[in-house]
Amino acid sequence: MGSFPFFLPFAELEVGQHLYWQLGGLRIHGQVFMTSWIVIGALLALVVAGTKKMERDPRGVQNLLEFLWDYIRDLARTQIGEKVYRDWMPFIGTLFLFIFVSNWGGALVPWRLIHLPSGELGAPTADINTTVALALLVSLSYFYAGLSNKGLRYFEYYVHPTPIMLPFKIVEDFTKPLSLSFRLFGNILADELVVAVLVFLVPLVLPVPVMFLGLFTSAIQALIFATLAAYYIGEAVEEHH
Amino acid sequence: MTSLFLFGATEGGLFDFDATLPLMAVQVVLLTFILNALFFKPVGRVVEEREGYITTSRAEAKQKLAEVQRLESELKDQLKAARQAAQKVITDAEQDSEKLYKEALALATAEANASRESARREIDSQRDSALTQLKEEAEQLGNLIVDRLLAAK
Repeated sequence: MGSFPFFLPFAELEVGQHLYWQLGGLRIHGQVFMTSWIVIGALLALVVAGTKKMERDPRGVQNLLEFLWDYIRDLARTQIGEKVYRDWMPFIGTLFLFIFVSNWGGALVPWRLIHLPSGELGAPTADINTTVALALLVSLSYFYAGLSNKGLRYFEYYVHPTPIMLPFKIVEDFTKPLSLSFRLFGNILADELVVAVLVFLVPLVLPVPVMFLGLFTSAIQALIFATLAAYYIGEAVEEHH
Repeated sequence: MTSLFLFGATEGGLFDFDATLPLMAVQVVLLTFILNALFFKPVGRVVEEREGYITTSRAEAKQKLAEVQRLESELKDQLKAARQAAQKVITDAEQDSEKLYKEALALATAEANASRESARREIDSQRDSALTQLKEEAEQLGNLIVDRLLAAK
């Protein structure tokens, strides 16, 4: 990019470069963990501030937390069902909040102004490792939910309604995490790339609507991920008759 | 500066899987437990307590309203009964006094009639006895006259 006549500090594209940290014999992406800690810190700060002094007549941050709680409860209850939604509400809620705050953090905070030796800060969900980790957790969760609720009868689901469905259901177990992780990863990374390319080409005005679109996409993606996770768990615990 | 490593990059790239994946998974699981303890449980408790409070308050209010309506209708009934009782007492008293008046009147009339009747009867008997006496005296006198006249002959 240095060959271009103009140069802006936040208009660089560094895709696929990572800040590597060595942790014993393991290599991890430092920039992902740095932003994820900021996201987790923001979430915990909000939660601690809101639950510090809770009253029957809610005031201040408690209102926001109760709204979020209600929203997540409705989401979990409609997808998982009345019987077991309570067990999975924290997981679904954590997925939603973590992804939502990550996405919006990536879209709203000008991370690029902080210079790293390699790679750049951004939404943790724009890294394939994060989204695959979340998707695999969802896979484990729905297997666990199905097995713990129905025991070995869970596998009836694979031949329901007819045994012809067996290969499709098995393929589904692989496509579910794949589609979950790639949908989130692709959307968030694409949004960051589109904004970065537009900022690089036309630094003023034009990127703003795309940034708003990015905020919209970010919220939708968090909702989609949480809803699908809840739906898969609900599908696993559902009783066939 | 800019490198668009995609598939097959030896160092870095978009699809660079490493220990970030399991560590991020562990981190999210930990976050789930922390948020469950700090957020979902306490907020759920408060919200459900409030829902319970509202439900019981509403039920209590409904119960109280029903009680009030029951008492009100009971009181209305009582008031109606009392009015009727009062009306009855008034009518009874009127009837009683009417009856008493009539009785007293009848008694007085009867007494007056009786005393008049007895007075007349007495008058009649006295007149009769007086007439009888007169008759007797007249007869005696007549006899005496007859005797005298016969004796003088």
